[in-house]
Amino acid sequence: MQDWALLGMVLLLLSGATFGGQWLKRQTTLGLDQKAVDSFNSRIQAWWFFSIVLALAFFHPLVTVVLFGMLSFWALREYITLTPTTLGDHRALFWVFFFFTPMQFILVGLNLYGFYSILIPVYAFLFIAARVAVSGDYQRFLERVAKIQFGLLVCVYCLSFAPALLFMNLDQPETDTSANARLLFFFITMVLFSELAQFLCSRSFGKHMIAETIDESRTWEGMLGGAGATAVLGMILYWATPFQSFWQVIVMSVLIAVMASAGALTMSAIKRDRGEVRSGTLIEGHGGVLSRIDAICFAAPVFYHVTRYFFSLGGE
Amino acid sequence: MITETLLTWTARIISGVSVRWVDSQPDTCQRVYFANHTSHLDVVLVWSALPGPVRHLTRPIAAKDYWDRGVVRPYLAKVFNAMLIDRTEIKVHQSPVDMMLREIGNTHSLILFPEGGRSPGEEVGEFKSGLYYLAKKRPDLELIPVHINNMNRILPRGEFLPVPLLSSLTFGPPLWLEAGEPKMDFLNRARSAVLNLKDS
Repeated sequence: MQDWALLGMVLLLLSGATFGGQWLKRQTTLGLDQKAVDSFNSRIQAWWFFSIVLALAFFHPLVTVVLFGMLSFWALREYITLTPTTLGDHRALFWVFFFFTPMQFILVGLNLYGFYSILIPVYAFLFIAARVAVSGDYQRFLERVAKIQFGLLVCVYCLSFAPALLFMNLDQPETDTSANARLLFFFITMVLFSELAQFLCSRSFGKHMIAETIDESRTWEGMLGGAGATAVLGMILYWATPFQSFWQVIVMSVLIAVMASAGALTMSAIKRDRGEVRSGTLIEGHGGVLSRIDAICFAAPVFYHVTRYFFSLGGE
Repeated sequence: MITETLLTWTARIISGVSVRWVDSQPDTCQRVYFANHTSHLDVVLVWSALPGPVRHLTRPIAAKDYWDRGVVRPYLAKVFNAMLIDRTEIKVHQSPVDMMLREIGNTHSLILFPEGGRSPGEEVGEFKSGLYYLAKKRPDLELIPVHINNMNRILPRGEFLPVPLLSSLTFGPPLWLEAGEPKMDFLNRARSAVLNLKDS
């Protein structure tokens, strides 16, 4: 029952946003920035995509794990394409793509928390440094290693904590079998909504930019307004979550909104640095997965661990 | 047929290629596609980027010493209908240009890599003169510059395992040999036509 109610509410919200977006697109007399409207609409499209994918999580968690794994693989592909790597990094990159990325999601699917929570920050990070050293190219060594490590951390490790929500041992009655699927659905909805709300608030009453040199459309007012709107949505969807009171859901919502903003801003910085040089013809044909999931990447591990610490029974 | 489909899709997936035609359209008229060369996948990539009907009329030029070895390579070369050129024994009486012209007749097109081999990194080496003699003997052929971007990182020279990054392939507007144009001028013009596609 709760599953259908949650799906229904999100569908309603999405349809409303889609109608709003299409209406704005047709308002040529309001003098709106066409680019901003397009950006708004593409965010909504990404939201639709995620909602449909996540509806699958209610059928079988492994389907969702595989889909997130593919998303990770693609995002990493875009990230490394943007990042200048040298011939000396080639072999290390091969292992990153064909061993560590699939392995992380296999371990998530097997629910081996003790292993997947350290696979990348410990084993992969040391392996990358050593493998790059073996290649014998020492120029800008630390810089090159850090680039690969950061990409693997954000695109693979962080994102994998979203499907990991499906396997958490939540403090819920035994009969409620889809509480985890609802938690993941709630989380993704909140992240995407917070980015949308942030965007709208920045547009309508934003004044003080967070970092003008990186993103001209991201303001402190937008972030606060977005966090507020997200908290309101969290309260509306409160009954679908494992959180036990209004203030808990508000804290979690604000946490999600802040982390989402941080993720989007960080990725903008990387794109600003590299974007104009490379991204143009290479990425544009594929729609840019990375810029759609940056907010999720930063919010997922934090949301996962706070929820695990306070609202799960622990153990595997 | 199945191998062909499999091959084109494998090439597309590994290279994450986005294909663009800038001031140019796919056509079944007789053409010479010439591209920069950085990876073994280039041959398959350009060939598979062409739409089906055009692809079936287009023959890539490939090095005999590489594609003749083993069991798999000759088979693949047959699938994409490659014309194998012996790089080690180029003589006057068996000039590769004459052979190419004989093989394409009045229907087929060619894909060739005028650098004569793979260049390291992002560089584009000097063009060999084959393209000039082709253009001189058959002035009616449309010469289409093709720029391959980022393949040098996906499967660099000397590596055998690919890293699945994204690449792009740009087809440019045709060019022809001008009347009385000197060989070096023409080859430089063709080379810069390929290079200019990178940022267009």
